[in-house]
Amino acid sequence: MAEEVDIIDQVVGQEYKYGFTTNIEMETAPKGLTEDTIRFISSKKTEPEWMLEYRLKAFRYWQSLSSPSWQNFSYPAVDYQDIIYYAAPKEKITLDSLDQVDPELLKTFEKLGISLSEQKRLTGVAVDAVFDSVSIATTFKDQLKEKGIIFCSMSEAVHEHPDLVKKYLSSVVPYTDNFFAALNAAVFSDGSFVYIPKGVRCPMELSTYFRINAENTGQFERTLIIADEGSYVSYLEGCTAPMRDENQLHAAVVELVALENAEIKYSTVQNWYPGDKNGKGGIYNFVTKRGICLGDYAKISWTQVETGSAITWKYPSCILKGDHSVGEFFSVAVTNNMQQADTGTKMIHIGKNTKSRIVSKGISAGKSHNTYRGLVKVNKKADKARNHTQCDSMLIGDRSGAHTFPYIEINNKSAMVEHEASTSKIGEDQIFYCNQRGIGTEEAIGLIVNGFCREVLNQLPMEFAVEAQKLLAVSLEGSVG
Amino acid sequence: MLEIKDLKAEIEGKIILNGINLVVKPGEVHAVMGPNGAGKSTLSAVLAGRADYTVTGGEVSFNGKDLLEMSPEDRAREGVFLAFQYPVEIPGVSTTNFLKTAINEKRKYLGLEPMEATAFLKFMREKMELMEMDKALTSRSLNEGFSGGEKKRNEVFQMAMLEPKLTIMDETDSGLDIDALRLVSAGVNKLKDGERSFVVITHYQRLLDYIVPDFVHVLYKGRIVKSGDASLAKELEAKGYDWIKAEVEQGANT
Repeated sequence: MAEEVDIIDQVVGQEYKYGFTTNIEMETAPKGLTEDTIRFISSKKTEPEWMLEYRLKAFRYWQSLSSPSWQNFSYPAVDYQDIIYYAAPKEKITLDSLDQVDPELLKTFEKLGISLSEQKRLTGVAVDAVFDSVSIATTFKDQLKEKGIIFCSMSEAVHEHPDLVKKYLSSVVPYTDNFFAALNAAVFSDGSFVYIPKGVRCPMELSTYFRINAENTGQFERTLIIADEGSYVSYLEGCTAPMRDENQLHAAVVELVALENAEIKYSTVQNWYPGDKNGKGGIYNFVTKRGICLGDYAKISWTQVETGSAITWKYPSCILKGDHSVGEFFSVAVTNNMQQADTGTKMIHIGKNTKSRIVSKGISAGKSHNTYRGLVKVNKKADKARNHTQCDSMLIGDRSGAHTFPYIEINNKSAMVEHEASTSKIGEDQIFYCNQRGIGTEEAIGLIVNGFCREVLNQLPMEFAVEAQKLLAVSLEGSVG
Repeated sequence: MLEIKDLKAEIEGKIILNGINLVVKPGEVHAVMGPNGAGKSTLSAVLAGRADYTVTGGEVSFNGKDLLEMSPEDRAREGVFLAFQYPVEIPGVSTTNFLKTAINEKRKYLGLEPMEATAFLKFMREKMELMEMDKALTSRSLNEGFSGGEKKRNEVFQMAMLEPKLTIMDETDSGLDIDALRLVSAGVNKLKDGERSFVVITHYQRLLDYIVPDFVHVLYKGRIVKSGDASLAKELEAKGYDWIKAEVEQGANT
């Protein structure tokens, strides 16, 4: 046993690979949050009046709320007046040409394995890179334009596609939804905007890469994806942050709208800085993600691999409004050391013959806690709705915890809802078996954990599946049980 | 190849092995038999390096190296293979992926380049034909939902893939019907090449009809109390273990 504890303690020595900072001149809003802060952000973005109005309404609503306290984890209260709500590289960025982007920034993204320069781009993946509060560059824009696809930063969309933004922004996650959604609506800085026109199958993966760099700042991005009738898009997001001793807040909102026969596949590889072994520092990842299948036969599929953040609190959800629409949620959440994750999904069945599927794999190591929380709701008129939920937890070591809170609300007798859950511990037997075949303990854990998550990892686009597999192994380095 | 000298081991303060002596030369097949609780499975676990057991005395050398000093994975990489009595299931990991990892870990240890995917698949196909393995088994999750017979055959298949110098078979025959027993034994016999050695641990003689041992040892109360050739196994089958127990008790009293 002593040996086991030693090995678990070694996790401590494990370095977070993306913990560096970029030295670049920044322009920031003064610390704290008042109406002036919001006016400052809005004017920085030279936003139209309607946008500012929307923000102010959200802010006033937010002021009437207090931060929620029903979650299955504890954390020191966030001082919302001690956060910088806007930070952008000082140099003016012209989105049309990468030559004008500060080389320091380009280097940062190179280091993260995201190349924005024309020659070295990931083939088949268009990238929107967001650095602190602003979008730095969006690749392959012209090629996408030919098909009528809009892929740009949110700030740009507000100017260039105001009708679409006005119509759909806040339509899935209204600012009245929750505390963090209200905060985000008030102060959101940037994010990605995607529109796929009728009948178009997006020819490449669209991807946004989020990077928090500046100190004491929060990141509040907003993403809106609209798939018009009969269209298809696969979208991925990735994220990292420097190692800092204080906690940083990330409160994003993602809205997906799938019209008739459209399909949106949304994948996340979340690797925000998790804090050190004692739980010092790390990102608070408080995110609201929701999609709506507005039309019949629409489909929304969420896949997430969550390995980072000190605290993760998110429930990517689907509102299945159209008849025959489909919602899916595939999740791997790994927690180690002092990390805490409370994540899951909501599947709201409104239309007839709607189907949803939930596969959640939680892995807890160190002293971490990993919670699955999910809601399956079948409304009165949702005839023949079907859901299948599978929740598996794996424990590594004997100081971690796994929790499952499934909520089921059925208001229609024809519904078929199934829930399966399991908890297992990586067995010494499994590890010894691997050892006996010449596989070391670290590799053995990587192998066993990847096997455990295979069903979910299979959902990721190829380019990211390999990356995610490595990430899982690294996140658990040394955490032998 | 393998030299065990006065090996003693215990678990939670209970002495299980109480001075084992055994020498296995290249190409030899040794059978270790004995009644329940004699220490047979403990012997295999200690040789493979299972952490539950504490070695309290003695030495084990494997091709001149101190086996007891090595980690379980290094023992495997040096060429010790244990066919488990109860092979574990690893959900989501295919036998193919598992063996590719194992082989490349071993190659890394030996300072060799990893095997390329195509070369590996070719190698695996050959071994599958040799072992008459069902193709479907290798793409399924390791041992998951396998029948007892399939699990044991998979152990022998892994042995063929990893090409060990010494194989320890821990009651491989337990739970096998006669057809599975034949298939497993045939697989083992195909791997005999005059260099490779086997220590076959079994409770019953019937396995030894198929895998014929050069030596048979009887383990009782943590010691080898009798050794002989294949005929000793037949004698045990005919007479049971009681006469040996009696012999030992008598010896202790005089």
